[in-house]
Amino acid sequence: MTASLTTSGTPAPFLEVDDLKVHFPTSDGIVKATDGLSFTLARGKTLGIVGESGSGKSVSSSAILGLHRGTSAKVSGEIRLDGVDLLTLSNEDMRLHRGKDIAMIFQDPLSAMHPYYSVGAQIAEAYRVHNKVGRKAARSRVVDMLELVGIPQPDRRYDAYPHQFSGGMRQRAMIAMALINDPTLVIADEPTTALDVTVQAQILDLLGNLQKEFNTGVIIITHDLGVVAEMADDVLVMYGGRAVEYGPCNEVLTHPEMPYTWGLLSSVPNLTADTNARMVPIPGNPPSLLNPPTGCAFHPRCGFRDEVPGQLCTTVLPDLEASARPGHLKRCHLANPDRIYEIKVLPEIAPELAKEA
Amino acid sequence: MSEAEPVTVPGGGEAPSFEEVSGNSAAELDPTAPPVLTVENLRMYFPVHATGLVRRKVGDVQAVDGVSFVLPEGGSLGLVGESGCGKSTTGRAITRLYKPTSGSIHYGGQDLATISARNLKAMRSEIQMIFQDPYSSLNPRHTVGAIVGAPLRIHDVVPKNQTLKRVQELLEVVGLNPEHYNRYPNEFSGGQRQRIGIARALALRPKVIVADEPVSALDVSIQAQVVNLLQDLQREFNIAFLFIAHDLAVVRHFCPEIAVMYLGKIVEIGDRDSIYGNAHHPYTQALLSAVPDVRQAATGGRRERIQLQGDVPSPIDPPSGCRFRTRCPIAQEICSKHEPPLMQIGRRHKVACHFPGRLGEHPREPLTTGLLGVNGEGLPDPGVSPSNDLVDQPGYADTWFDLDAKSIGRA
Repeated sequence: MTASLTTSGTPAPFLEVDDLKVHFPTSDGIVKATDGLSFTLARGKTLGIVGESGSGKSVSSSAILGLHRGTSAKVSGEIRLDGVDLLTLSNEDMRLHRGKDIAMIFQDPLSAMHPYYSVGAQIAEAYRVHNKVGRKAARSRVVDMLELVGIPQPDRRYDAYPHQFSGGMRQRAMIAMALINDPTLVIADEPTTALDVTVQAQILDLLGNLQKEFNTGVIIITHDLGVVAEMADDVLVMYGGRAVEYGPCNEVLTHPEMPYTWGLLSSVPNLTADTNARMVPIPGNPPSLLNPPTGCAFHPRCGFRDEVPGQLCTTVLPDLEASARPGHLKRCHLANPDRIYEIKVLPEIAPELAKEA
Repeated sequence: MSEAEPVTVPGGGEAPSFEEVSGNSAAELDPTAPPVLTVENLRMYFPVHATGLVRRKVGDVQAVDGVSFVLPEGGSLGLVGESGCGKSTTGRAITRLYKPTSGSIHYGGQDLATISARNLKAMRSEIQMIFQDPYSSLNPRHTVGAIVGAPLRIHDVVPKNQTLKRVQELLEVVGLNPEHYNRYPNEFSGGQRQRIGIARALALRPKVIVADEPVSALDVSIQAQVVNLLQDLQREFNIAFLFIAHDLAVVRHFCPEIAVMYLGKIVEIGDRDSIYGNAHHPYTQALLSAVPDVRQAATGGRRERIQLQGDVPSPIDPPSGCRFRTRCPIAQEICSKHEPPLMQIGRRHKVACHFPGRLGEHPREPLTTGLLGVNGEGLPDPGVSPSNDLVDQPGYADTWFDLDAKSIGRA
């Protein structure tokens, strides 16, 4: 679990997260929002983190940005960016990294931007904190950046306020703000959830193009498996504060080996699917992080417990271990997930694929 | 409804096996079902007033501008489009949360658009609504029993001493524990709250339910639970659904018929295969190509998509002619001069475009000139007289213009 895990075929990682734990002490007990999360990310690559609300995906990424400093949260583990452990840095040193090397794109740009300052002024502030430049130079840099993200008439729009922008334009401005210091790592927390599909497509294309241009590492947090399939190189599925499946995107989404991932795939309908395909929900509700279930956190909702001998699922937490395929890790007791997936799950959720197989 | 079986497994207890949680496959179209609700040329304008001392009216937000459709009995019609296209306003006008500016809504021999306040109350029990946000649509200071029981009390359908029994039945139908009637909404999760909202909508045994984005505020794994519940209820109680959503995949699963809206107008309407497999309007095509696809993972990378430039124009001052022309990849001169009529091009398929065609096969010459009585540039053509049956009828005619055969098709 503590060994750093490298996915095959990627260059040496520049971000390594190792056994990250974020615990919040509350009057009811300790909320283990993230409990031992490890992953790596190489420059220019994209990692997709998928999970339901409360699975710890946003908490983990804000820990990378050091946003839990000054709160009651207990953060432990290691987050190494280019060899520097971000968790051991002083608050002052962290400030030098935040916004410069690591930037974040938030879900809701209307609440992430200050309503009293013009959009341009807010982006310029992010630039001037890390660069000793005058007002004029900052302005021209911001205008260039706004143009790059596709805002028409950037010179005039510089002085507009967030409420004067449409949702898509605000998200573009957020991306401009995140990328203005050429960060090596961008964390996009549900960047398109609040947007319409056509605007979402624009923003995802923009993000992909900019990533190629600046060779940025991107962590994209989402609950939409479609977005992950199109954007990510690697995918990490989280459940109850832990990674339950991790590996290359085309691997995990075509041969998922963990019942929770099956559930995620079966509970979203597909535009091109056979109309006989069933939409099979995951029964029950997401687990409490205060009193997580014993053993595997997913066992109360898992429909495949009978396939595992004895009481293993309810008593022993499975390790995140390698599966038959290279680079593919899963946290499940099932011995033969491929066979179960092909025989039981696929015919229900994608009859046409099952016939081909 | 009292004899209803519990439809889904309430939380807690043993987890059912995968076979037991069997979901539903996509809903089927029943083309012979009689209409339960007929909407004709519905308009909903909201006045815009000038700021300042004299707040005179300076214009209208044309949220819904001439929408016609038919909702079959026990069937479902999906209403999709981007935010601001008027789909929610349409739903709210039908439930008469708004008074429509003009047009008619025929239900059970009456016109809901002009119905008197007294008669409206009776109709309200037959057309119910499920709201998007399960957090703000339930009163936090009322118990679940009071929330679900309120419609029963207002419409006085069961004696007071039997209200509780009926509430408990309803909770059981939507898969909640009937003993929880005494709890407050904050004690429930998002998916459970949405079930409370559904129980409230079911309380009066409605014929029509307007579901306004019923699953978009829920987690993915919970969305499927709620969609399956709605499908089960529809089958059991023969409820017609107007299903408003922006998620094209969910709509495809739930609705055998879909209407695509853009800036207050229906641009394309048809059955599932026509819209998802044979879309003829450039906006529908762009919308479909923009949806991210899980199966893309097998090939990797992003596929080619139709990029729409810019944003949706303001509904206060919509573009002349076709409202989509400012973002349309195939717009020509005629598009700015004439609004394309909603033309029937298949047995159950209508499209409002001067150049309707499959992706990459849009015709060069406008096909609507004969209907409009104009030439290719949109100027009046003395040789052609405009057709009179231009008025957009709700429902489908028995004859249509077959684009492939370039002839009149017949049922």
